[in-house]
Amino acid sequence: MGNMMGIIQLDGAKTMLKELSDRRPAAALPMAGRYRLMDFALSSMVNSGISHVGVLLSNKARPVFDHLRSGKDWDLARHREGLVYLPSDLDGHQVPTTLATIYHNLDYIKHSKADYVLLAQADTVYNIDFRPVLLFHQNTGADITMIYSRAKSDLPGDAVAMKIAGDGCVNDIAKQLTATKGSNDFLGIYLMARDTFVKIVSMAFERGGSDLLVDGIIRHMNDYSIYAYEHKGFVSRVNSTMAYFNANKEILNHEVWDELFMGDNPIHTKTKDAAPVQYKESARVTNSLVANGCEIYGEVENSVLFRGVKVAPGVKIRDCIIMEQCQIEENAMLRDVICDKNVIISADQWLKGSENYPLVVAKGTVI
Amino acid sequence: MSKTKCVAMILAGGQGSRLGALTKNIAKPAVPFGGKYRIIDFPLSNCTNSGIEKVGVLTQYRPLELHSYLGTGDTWDLDKSDGGVFILPPYARDKGADWYKGTADAIYQNLNFIDMVDPEYVLVLSGDHIYTMDYAKMLAAHRANKADVTIGVFEVPWEEAPRFGILNTDKKDGRIVEFEEKPSKPKSNLASMGIYIFNREFLDKYLKTDASDETSSHDFGKNIIPNMLKNQARIFSYKFEGYWKDVGTIESLWQANMDLLQDEPPFSINSSWNIYSANPSLPPHFVGADADISRSMINEGSMVLGTVSHSVLSAGVKVGKGAKVTNSVIMPFAVIEDNAVVDHAIVAQNSVISASAQVLGEPGAIAVVPEGETVEAADSGQQVS
Repeated sequence: MGNMMGIIQLDGAKTMLKELSDRRPAAALPMAGRYRLMDFALSSMVNSGISHVGVLLSNKARPVFDHLRSGKDWDLARHREGLVYLPSDLDGHQVPTTLATIYHNLDYIKHSKADYVLLAQADTVYNIDFRPVLLFHQNTGADITMIYSRAKSDLPGDAVAMKIAGDGCVNDIAKQLTATKGSNDFLGIYLMARDTFVKIVSMAFERGGSDLLVDGIIRHMNDYSIYAYEHKGFVSRVNSTMAYFNANKEILNHEVWDELFMGDNPIHTKTKDAAPVQYKESARVTNSLVANGCEIYGEVENSVLFRGVKVAPGVKIRDCIIMEQCQIEENAMLRDVICDKNVIISADQWLKGSENYPLVVAKGTVI
Repeated sequence: MSKTKCVAMILAGGQGSRLGALTKNIAKPAVPFGGKYRIIDFPLSNCTNSGIEKVGVLTQYRPLELHSYLGTGDTWDLDKSDGGVFILPPYARDKGADWYKGTADAIYQNLNFIDMVDPEYVLVLSGDHIYTMDYAKMLAAHRANKADVTIGVFEVPWEEAPRFGILNTDKKDGRIVEFEEKPSKPKSNLASMGIYIFNREFLDKYLKTDASDETSSHDFGKNIIPNMLKNQARIFSYKFEGYWKDVGTIESLWQANMDLLQDEPPFSINSSWNIYSANPSLPPHFVGADADISRSMINEGSMVLGTVSHSVLSAGVKVGKGAKVTNSVIMPFAVIEDNAVVDHAIVAQNSVISASAQVLGEPGAIAVVPEGETVEAADSGQQVS
C-alpha cells in the first residue's frame, strides 16, 4: 500500500518575479542552463516511483505544453496513467485559483488508483526522494505531511513558516512576507491519503475558500494531525527575481551541482539536439555553467549560459544568467544581468545591473 | 506496410579491428565521436534528414550496446508506426544458421526484410563514416541517369588513391567504366564511399546469383559491382562534395575529432542538418574557478577544474584540479584526476587517469587508454596500444 499520485502546481509567488513571469508560470522559468523549474518537482516524483502525475494548468499554459508534451522525457508517456493535464473548467475571464482547479478535477483524482496524493508547488529547486517521506508519513500516522527545510538565510517574499514539536508534529502554520534565517520554511509539498486530500479540497472550496493552505488546512488545524518532514539537502525557493538570480548562482558550486544532478536520481528535462559547447582559441570561461549549443569566443565568469548562446570575441560576461539562444555580440560587456530567451546584445553595448538588483532584459529584446 | 520509395540498409556489423582496444566490447558504429555522438548517428541522422523513414541496421559483432542504443529509433525520429529502425542481426533458419559472410551476403540474408518493405530503391550505407549527406539528391541523380546502380564517390588526394577502391568514370556523364580495388597506379582519384543506390529488382537478381557462387567472397566492392560492370550495367558515380571521413583507425578517429576544433570546422554539427544523438539526463557542464579551456568541445555533465586545450570531452568527464588535457579525445565518464597529464590520446569510456599519472602519445602515435582501465601514476608514460 504505497501508491502515490503526484500533482504539480505551476503557479508560485509570481508577484515578485516581474517580467520573468509575464508570459509563463513560475514553474516554467528556465533554470540552471537547460531546465525549467518544474523539472525538479517532476523528476523527484518520477525518481521516487510515481508514475501518475497530474499537472494543474494555469492560464499561461503554452510554455508548459511546449515543455512537457507527452511526458516522454520523464518516462511519463504511458499506456496507463503517466502524465495528465488537469485544466480548469471555469468560464469567464477570472483567473481560477489553484484550489478551484483542483476542485474541478476532483472526480479524476477520486477515480485514480492512488492511495496517496503528493501535491507539489513546482517553484523550488531540489532533488528529493519522496519514498522516505511516505515511510515517515505512514510511521507517524499523520493525516498530512508537509515538507520543509531550514531557511539558510533571510528570504524576502511569500513564505510559510511552521512551528514544529520535537516529534515532528506541526503546532502552528503562518503565512509571512519573509522567511527568516533558521525558520522552518515550507516548500509547498504536501503528502496525504487520497481520501483526505479529496475531503480537504471539497470542504474548503465548497465553503467559499480560495486557498488550499489557509482555507483547507490552517482553519482546520485541530481536525487533522499534521507532521513536518525536513528535507536536509539543497533547496532554493524561487519567489522573486532576486531569488531566481541567486538560485542559479548557488548551483555554480560543484558540490551543489553534483548533489542536484549527478547522483542516482537525475533531473530530467525536455531534450534538444544541440552539439557540445564549442570553446574557441580566445575563450576564457571560469566558474560557470555552460549548456550545449553554445559557441564561446569571449570571457565568461560566474555565469550560467543556457543552450545555444553565442558569445562573440571581446565580450565580457560576469555574474549573469543568459537564457537560450541569446547572442552577445563583439565587445559587449554584461554584469549582473538576466537576459531572457532570444535577446541580442549588439556590439559594444555595456549593461550593468547590481549585485542585489539584477537588470532583466525581456524576452526577444534587441539592445 | 505502405509502399516505400527507398529503404536504407546500414552495414553495422563490422568488428573494426583496426580500432583495437576501442572496439573490444562494442561494435565500431557504437564508438563515441565528437563529444556527444556515436559514429552511427551520422548515417541515421542523414537518413532521417533525407526523408528516408525505413532503415535496416545490420548488426553482428558485439551488438548489445549498439542494439540498446538504437532502441525504438526515437532518437532519430525513426519510431514510426509505419517504418522506423529495424535491427537485423543474423538469425537461424530451418536449414541452420549463418553469420554474415560479407557485405553482399548481409543484404542477401535480409532480402525478406526488403520484400516486406517493398521499396523501389535500396540504399546501402556503412555505419562507420563521418559525414553529412543528403541522400535524396543522390537518389534524384540516380533516377535522372536511369541508372541501375549509383555509387557515392569522393575525391581523394592522388597520393592516397592507392588505399581506396577507385572508380574510373566516363568524363562526360559520370558513368563508371572500371572499378579498381587499391590500384598501385590509379587512373582516377575518385574513391568509392561505400554508399550505393540499387534498383531493387536489379540488386535482388545479382545477390541471388552471388549467393550461389561458392568462389565469391560476397562483397559489394569485390564481387557484386565487378559482376555488374562485366554485364554492362548502367552504373553511375555521384560525386559528394563536403567532409567525409572513414574513422576506421585510431589515427583517423582522432583526426576526425580534431577536425571539429578548427576555426572553421570542415562541417558543422550545429546546423539545421541536425545530427541526432541520445540525450542523457545530464546538466550543463561545470567550469571551475581555476579552469582554463581553449579550442575545445565539451559535452553535458562534465566538470572541468583544470586545463583543457585542443580536446574533445564527452558527457560526464571529470578533469581534476591542475590536470592538463591537450590534443586528446576523452570519451564518456572518463575521469582525469588532479594533476594528471593527457596529451595526444584517446581515453575510452569509464577509464580513470589517476592523480599525477601521465598518458602521453604523439602525432602519428596516439595513445589509447581502453574502456574501464585505470592508469596509475607508477605506470605512466607511453600507452600506445
